[in-house]
Amino acid sequence: MTAALELKGLTTRFQTRTGHVTAVNDVSFAVQKGRILGLVGESGSGKSVTGFSILGLIAPPGEVCAGEVLVDGVDLRQLREEEMRKMRGRKVAMVFQDPMMTLNPVLRVGDQMAMAVRVHRAMSKPAAFEEARKALDAVGIPAAAERLRAYPHQLSGGMRQRVAIAMALLHSPSVIIADEATTALDVSIQGQILAEVRKLCDQTGTAIVWITHDLAVVSSLADDICVMYAGRIVERGTAQQVIDYPRHPYTRGLLDSIPARHAPGTPLPQIPGSTPQLSRLPTGCPFRPRCPKASDICATPPPTHAIDGQTVLCHHPLERS
Amino acid sequence: MFGYLVGRLSQAVVVVFVMSVIVFVGVYAIGNPIDVMIDPGATAEIRENLIRQYGLDQPLWRQYFTFVGNVFQGDLGRSMVYNISVTSLVFSRLPATLELVLVSVTIAAVIGIPAGLYAGYRPNSIAAKLIMALSVLGFSVPTFWIGMLLIMAFAVELGWLPSGGRGEVGNFLWFQTSLATTNGWSHVILPAINLSLFKLGLLIRLTRAGMVEAMGAEYVRFARAQGLPDRQIVFSHILRNISIPVVTVFGLELGSTLAFAVVTETVFNWPGIGKLIIDSILQLDRPVMVSYLVMVVILFVIINLTVDLIYARLDPRVRLKGGS
Repeated sequence: MTAALELKGLTTRFQTRTGHVTAVNDVSFAVQKGRILGLVGESGSGKSVTGFSILGLIAPPGEVCAGEVLVDGVDLRQLREEEMRKMRGRKVAMVFQDPMMTLNPVLRVGDQMAMAVRVHRAMSKPAAFEEARKALDAVGIPAAAERLRAYPHQLSGGMRQRVAIAMALLHSPSVIIADEATTALDVSIQGQILAEVRKLCDQTGTAIVWITHDLAVVSSLADDICVMYAGRIVERGTAQQVIDYPRHPYTRGLLDSIPARHAPGTPLPQIPGSTPQLSRLPTGCPFRPRCPKASDICATPPPTHAIDGQTVLCHHPLERS
Repeated sequence: MFGYLVGRLSQAVVVVFVMSVIVFVGVYAIGNPIDVMIDPGATAEIRENLIRQYGLDQPLWRQYFTFVGNVFQGDLGRSMVYNISVTSLVFSRLPATLELVLVSVTIAAVIGIPAGLYAGYRPNSIAAKLIMALSVLGFSVPTFWIGMLLIMAFAVELGWLPSGGRGEVGNFLWFQTSLATTNGWSHVILPAINLSLFKLGLLIRLTRAGMVEAMGAEYVRFARAQGLPDRQIVFSHILRNISIPVVTVFGLELGSTLAFAVVTETVFNWPGIGKLIIDSILQLDRPVMVSYLVMVVILFVIINLTVDLIYARLDPRVRLKGGS
């Protein structure tokens, strides 16, 4: 079966004054129909850039310089700009982090949604509004017809993010990329939206790439997890494998710093240091300066180990304990 | 909405009142108009008579209240120089300035906004750099100099257009305007271009700045991610957002151009209101100065109110509240 989305060796570079910076480095993964992939990493690890690279929305000085982006088996990188534009929103949709900023403040929700409908389907305005209303119903917005007449600032944060998700769902795309889509919301709203997304994904067969820094969120939502560090995927596996038996020291560190996994009163372990600057990566494994297991050999590029479909990019992969 | 209008209008009344006091006192402090008006050789008796005739022997506060009382009866006083009523003097000059200003702001908007949009959309293109260079010229080269160049080029050398003055007046609906005749247009076009250059530069820069900012905004990224073509993103999403600051500045510019088009009017010998006020300041023609300045205040109040109303139409987050 062709995957809904498959990346092969995707590499995105940015031209800076000091030279090239590789924000996404040889990233490969696949998401099957109806599955959710969690793409996890700290800020600056390249997860959002991966999302924008998939949609072909990297603007100069950035450039996707290698790899394939296959959606239902079609390589988006081979398409001309106009064909690519027609894929956006129709085959691949995206939801962003900040629901305050993603909707245009001076246009009514209904007008914005109708525009998004009509750009890919020739239909009358009233018909497009009807589509929009159905989409709002589907994401659990009460009194959808009234909400269409509202301006974004008249809706709550959670409501706005539901609108954004409804807009992503308008054309039943093969893939939705959700970039920190619930990060800005209350925990209770976040839970509701995650449940809603899971349900919709099961119903429509849409594949979702859920980009977040929050391992706790993906552990309950995703089927598979990719952990990114400094532009590379350092560990990949099913959610259960990665959460229960992390094999990369970085994944281990991320999991250990989730407060809920520790008894109250015990000190919280943390990963020392901070995300490296992409322009000044150390040789070999980029996690080396922060890694508790680092040794001399880590100055050489780390090899890939694979067990039961769980892959890890490390010289010293952790054993299953 | 109604409460808001009432609030704004009462505010306007206070502004006009305060302004009239300031203007009255200020003009009083400039100098004595009698010294300018009469022959230095006139006898003291003639002088005294004239002073009494204009009420200049009264204390300042009484002069002010006489003025205000007359204003309420629709009488802005008589010009000391032209010896006709200020109202008819101002209204004989106003249409000329109005048509000049209208043509010039239209030129500025029709060229400036699209040029600014393009310069912001493709900031690194050669055309954008050219547009920006022109906008700098627009605001930094003195108006009178450009005006003289225009006259040199189009009136003297090429002989295509007249060098100054207002053209024939025709009827358009209920108005008498030179914009109704071809001859009128041939006269208005040069001064209007001259007057529009500064505003053109301003509008280009303002629109470009808004466009550049909007192109990086999240809602534009989101619109891109929905597959909207750039044309639709610019015209349906961005234009409305950036028109908010543009409308504000445009309104203020409209007001100040109406009030202070004097340089262009002088260069092109345009019989407008700017020339009238400069003449009346030179001749210490108090009633004209006071009435004119109060009129300018009223003009700005009206423009600001209109801008606020348009604002509320453009930006749904702006609520017009009654009172303050």
